[in-house]
Amino acid sequence: MRLTHEPPAPRHYALMPLLIAGVVIVAVASLRLGPVTLSLDRLLAVVMGHGDPVATTILLDLRLPRTLIGLLVGAMLGLAGAVLQGYLRNPLAEPSVLGASNAAALGAVAAIYFGVAGWHPAMLPLLSIATGLVALLLLFTLAGRAESALTLILAGIAVSTLAGAGISLALNLSPNPFAAMEIMTWLMGSIENRSIDHVWIVLPCVILGGALLLIDRRALDALTLGEDGARSLGVDLRRTRTRLLLGVAIGVGGAVSVSGSIGFIGLIVPHLVRPLTDRSPSAILLPSLLGGAILLVAADILVRLIPTSSELKLGVVTAFLGVPIFLLHLLRERRTW
Amino acid sequence: MVTIRVEGLCARLGRRAVLHDIDATLAPGALIGIIGPNGAGKSTLVRAMLGLIDTTHGSVTIDGRAIATLPPRDRARAIAYLPQGQTLHWPLSVERLVALGRLPHLGPMSRIGAADHDAIVAAMARTDVAHLADRIATELSGGERARVMLARALAVGAPGLAVDEPLAALDPGHQIDVMQLLAREAQAGGLVIAVLHDLSMAARYCDRLLLLDRGRLVADGPPDAVLTQDRLRAVYGITSRIDLAATPPLVAPLDRWTADPDHGE
Repeated sequence: MRLTHEPPAPRHYALMPLLIAGVVIVAVASLRLGPVTLSLDRLLAVVMGHGDPVATTILLDLRLPRTLIGLLVGAMLGLAGAVLQGYLRNPLAEPSVLGASNAAALGAVAAIYFGVAGWHPAMLPLLSIATGLVALLLLFTLAGRAESALTLILAGIAVSTLAGAGISLALNLSPNPFAAMEIMTWLMGSIENRSIDHVWIVLPCVILGGALLLIDRRALDALTLGEDGARSLGVDLRRTRTRLLLGVAIGVGGAVSVSGSIGFIGLIVPHLVRPLTDRSPSAILLPSLLGGAILLVAADILVRLIPTSSELKLGVVTAFLGVPIFLLHLLRERRTW
Repeated sequence: MVTIRVEGLCARLGRRAVLHDIDATLAPGALIGIIGPNGAGKSTLVRAMLGLIDTTHGSVTIDGRAIATLPPRDRARAIAYLPQGQTLHWPLSVERLVALGRLPHLGPMSRIGAADHDAIVAAMARTDVAHLADRIATELSGGERARVMLARALAVGAPGLAVDEPLAALDPGHQIDVMQLLAREAQAGGLVIAVLHDLSMAARYCDRLLLLDRGRLVADGPPDAVLTQDRLRAVYGITSRIDLAATPPLVAPLDRWTADPDHGE
């Protein structure tokens, strides 16, 4: 009889330390790299409080908020993707599958369309989070008491499509090409030119949403056995669903409100880390959280370093990065699974 | 020790009434077989006893407490359940899968402890899957997987055990192993409820049989009282040869029975 490892532990013990190291490396790189490369000495000088004014401004006003937002948004998308794949028992689930991303984007688009976004930098994210929560109520109403994953996915598609239609309507009716352009640009997703105010908006959302998503990791494992199997193991599926949907609406809604829609991170990161764990839904949560943060910040560094005439958008880069990573993974899986 | 009492139970799935007015008291120390043709409501009865579906009338109590008011974790610790089929959504290792049976005993932050380990190891040994511990459960044969799933249910270590068609996909040797295992569980004081299709196995190992037909409990008692040719003809629509005095007792379905005069009777 061999029981060599504790069942809940990831199969690769080095996984978490490596991911944490990865987060530190991309964070430092993100602070250093850009149009002006800051040396580690100048970076440390600013941290110690005696840096030169140029370095201080670049670091504290530009790169620090950008890096923090990148880490928070990436972590949230990675975690939400992992949780939803486990909960819906569908490897194609991603943070936007239940409509939270589109709904949050609709709020932001409305803020731009009606000019509310101009009042205060916080207006756009706040309106965006608000529509995300309204969409959640709609989702609950549509899905009703049914606990099946399929019902929820169908309701999510309905909410998502409705929000998408609203966004198209705003583009259709936009008073001038500039307004349409502004909406399109926002929708592509970016964490450029964000201030520390944005960090304060996204931080509580990610902490609250993330906590709600992490509570039910045992329930996700139990759902491996199907809904009856999970309930016979003492899982209260109704409460689990409420917590998970709230977590996604608050966390992903908050992330999208600041960054715009950034695709693929939440879909591919769980697939990348899953083979390195024991493949149970709970084991991939924290690795996906860290992996999402790494991937998003790394993509954002690429945005800054690739020389283009007009600035690249983060959402465009993650989509381009995502496809080859996904294809590579698909080819590997086809041989083993 | 756990006793399940079912009184006047009615249940529907969707719009179809599946169970009508079922009364039964299932006391510990017995292996109780639930038999009946496809669609008779066997699985639904088990699921209702576990509180997994809403019932329309009647009550289910576990040790005197209404199932609906029992906290889910208490319910899970009282009765382990092996659902029909082999639903498994992720390719977990066998050991990890069996460990899921310990979930009702774990707090939200606690990890698998020594007692949990022992239960997992013992459950795998009892269903003869210890040698598969490191294999991926989705890559096993149907019979191996069925035994792994049974180990998962045993790992709960509950005084009650409800298994839905535990013999499907098993070879004859493992069918006997599983029935002996269930009988031993019952002898040790457990309440074991098994949905079965093999009437010989049911006659041989069960202390009591509940025969369901179209949602009604049509017979309830020891195998020799329940398994008669007339009843099998009425409920299953088959002619049969029944020899319950033999060792082991045999129930052999012979032919489809029809009211046609030159057929049967």
